[in-house]
Amino acid sequence: MTRWPVSYPLALLIALITAAPIVVLIGLVENPADFLDTRNLDLLVNTLLLMLFTVTGAVIIGVPLAVLTAYVRLPLGKLWLILLAAPLAMPSYIGAFTFYAAFGPGGEIDNLLGISTPSASGLTGATLVMILYTYPFVLLTTRASLLSQDASLINASRTLGLSLPMSLWKIALPRALRGITAGALLSALYTLSDFGTPAFMGLDTFTRVIYVEYNAFGLDQAAMLSLQLLVIVGLILFLESTIGVTLERPGRSLTIWPGRWQVPALLAAVAPIVMLSIVLPLGIFTLWLFREGNAGFELEYAWNSTYVSLLAAAVAVVLALPVAYASIAGRFGRLMDRITYLGFGVPGIVMGTALVYAGLQVPFMYQTLGLLVIAYVLRFLSLAVGSVRSTAEKLDASLTKAARVLGARPSEVFWRVTVPLTFRGMIAGAALVFLEVMRELPATLLLAPTGFETLATYLWRVYEAGYFGRAAIPGLLLVLMSGLGLALMLFGERRAEFGMIEDKKS
Amino acid sequence: MLQIENLCVDYGPVRVVENLNLTLTEDEILMLVGPTACGKTTILQAVAGLIPIAQGRISLGNWEATPGKSIAPEKRKLGMVFQDFALFPHLTVEQNVAFRLTDMVQADHWLKLLGLDNFRYVKPGTLSGGQKQRVALARTLAHEPSLILLDEPLSNLDAALKDSLRWEIRNALKVAGVPAIWVTHDQEEALSVGDRLGVLNAGVLEQLASPEACFCEPASRFVAGFLGEASFIRGQLKGNHVSTSLGDVPATAVDEATGEVDLLLRPDDLSLAAAVGPGNAKVSWARYEGAYWLYGVALDGGPQLQIRTSHENYFGIGERVGVEVITTHALAAFAIA
Repeated sequence: MTRWPVSYPLALLIALITAAPIVVLIGLVENPADFLDTRNLDLLVNTLLLMLFTVTGAVIIGVPLAVLTAYVRLPLGKLWLILLAAPLAMPSYIGAFTFYAAFGPGGEIDNLLGISTPSASGLTGATLVMILYTYPFVLLTTRASLLSQDASLINASRTLGLSLPMSLWKIALPRALRGITAGALLSALYTLSDFGTPAFMGLDTFTRVIYVEYNAFGLDQAAMLSLQLLVIVGLILFLESTIGVTLERPGRSLTIWPGRWQVPALLAAVAPIVMLSIVLPLGIFTLWLFREGNAGFELEYAWNSTYVSLLAAAVAVVLALPVAYASIAGRFGRLMDRITYLGFGVPGIVMGTALVYAGLQVPFMYQTLGLLVIAYVLRFLSLAVGSVRSTAEKLDASLTKAARVLGARPSEVFWRVTVPLTFRGMIAGAALVFLEVMRELPATLLLAPTGFETLATYLWRVYEAGYFGRAAIPGLLLVLMSGLGLALMLFGERRAEFGMIEDKKS
Repeated sequence: MLQIENLCVDYGPVRVVENLNLTLTEDEILMLVGPTACGKTTILQAVAGLIPIAQGRISLGNWEATPGKSIAPEKRKLGMVFQDFALFPHLTVEQNVAFRLTDMVQADHWLKLLGLDNFRYVKPGTLSGGQKQRVALARTLAHEPSLILLDEPLSNLDAALKDSLRWEIRNALKVAGVPAIWVTHDQEEALSVGDRLGVLNAGVLEQLASPEACFCEPASRFVAGFLGEASFIRGQLKGNHVSTSLGDVPATAVDEATGEVDLLLRPDDLSLAAAVGPGNAKVSWARYEGAYWLYGVALDGGPQLQIRTSHENYFGIGERVGVEVITTHALAAFAIA
């Protein structure tokens, strides 16, 4: 009596909708032979090098920071974590914008302090910025797997004579490999999708050239480049799917007490990361704020950004529920989950291209806010799915059994037990989507109805027009609002630490 | 009245419960005991409707489940107490206990009876293991099920707590007057708490009888060995006794064994004394248990026996001793394997 889970048909429908833009793109390529064109080999090399360097850097920085924030008992430990995770909330193009403006001869650092620095541009500049804004992916996923590990294994290893660093290296990190890989994958996908950083840094990657082609009315060429990019994304998603799941027995996690002199040493090691990723952009924007004030800025931009983000987050979480539950229910559901994941790999510029085309076929959608929200949801649905799924997976199976045996029908079990206990995952998922939509630039550039200006698009207009100083207010507001989103996410994590996890430890 | 007829349960191609038959009446507590993976938890899950059954029939009151007609767990009117408590972490103790109740009468009754009145408004996360299991029991009883299934309810608790909570649960079940199936892997618990005892081995119910009968007249060597220390001595069955090197001992044949048999000796069926003359055995090991000594003794030209004696009788390793059968009831005689 194998029954087809209730969530499957819904998940199938949602997955099909998510996959639609890719079908649209394939339809755009007029001559399939062009797909294997080698003209764009340098594009491929640039894109892959940027991804490779970024992922390597993100792992090298993210993993030690994960160990630090997960295990080491630091004064104001939460603050360290918040500061180190904060670049996640910051759109990387803000980093690219300010790095570009700050470094090099004639840059703001040169102007202000008279220190000459090498300019940040091209592959070097893009890599630096991408590492600084994607290492938190690795930090957070690795930290989560480290925290889920029981300290007794490390304690056993140390009593058997292995030093603490060796124990971490040989016992803790191998078991966190899945978390590290998940973070590295997110960092790779982010790098492949990102449009702003290579655009500001003048590096010809797929995303930048797609935009150039689109503006030159080369919709065919843009579609083909998009498909080539999607093949790389598909390869990475495939790699991710081959990694098995390791479930840890819940237990008390390790605590390391640092020595008195170690705290300032750790602080000194961590400070440059925070200085570059947060203090520098904030400093530059503040400088511009004093220099230019609020010239050209309208409050409406901030309001537009916020409500379109909230709308997209709400829709994404509602759609994520059936997909997440289907994913837990079985193999077919897991496949549907994978398909929605493709949307996260579809770069914003590609999603924009596909939906502009689709919108032209359905005139009542074209140039509406609805189409823009659809684009956001299609791209970021997987974040909400992943978040809901991971809390739902941790749900003790005997809880739903207990509720059934007490006389509750499956739907009642769902509303009274499953939903309240996965609510944290939904909030976290909504926060993630909100954050992403707030900083989304390329799809918004292509799809926003005429006159609908968001913080991100206004920043882009300012850059194109060359009035860098006018970026002050939208830049600061983007950082502030994303910071609020991050606080929400961390609050969710605190609830986990003081609520359910404690239950398991007793 | 619970009736299980010819129940079989499969996990994929593997049969984990084979042809189970049992009936439970009124307020009877049935203990199901067996080694790990013998199918005891599977039986509970099948009765609760949490897993499908391959063959047979389960009925209770006004429902009957067969492989073709499964009844949803929530329609079965039964209660289940889980090994890991399964308390809803987002609800208070009171909300847990009154999960699907429309009035608080039953919830109040059981919260008071199980000493949980002071914990009504806390979340389960702050409770100790024993308190959690009391809440789980209160929750189950307050919903007034017509049968309660307990899945190793004490195995996550420490030894001292187990002993007292065991009796608390039994008393609560008797007060409620509900029949129960209680699964455990602890033989002491199995023998002491229930009204009847079922011993499972590899999915088959080997014996279903009173605890005394299972212990003294086990239906198989497996049951004999699982419920307590068992030694065997070779002898010749003649009518209602067996003649052995320790003399003639009253016996009943298991499965119509005849001729040469193995006689089951429990450590308390034997006595141990300092050897008068050469004696008939030698002490090979001694284990102190507080009130008792447990000795391993090698019978001259015979098997190794286990004997329990008062803590006052101490014998050194290697000492010559005299062993005697002191029991007056009939012992089980098994055909030679």
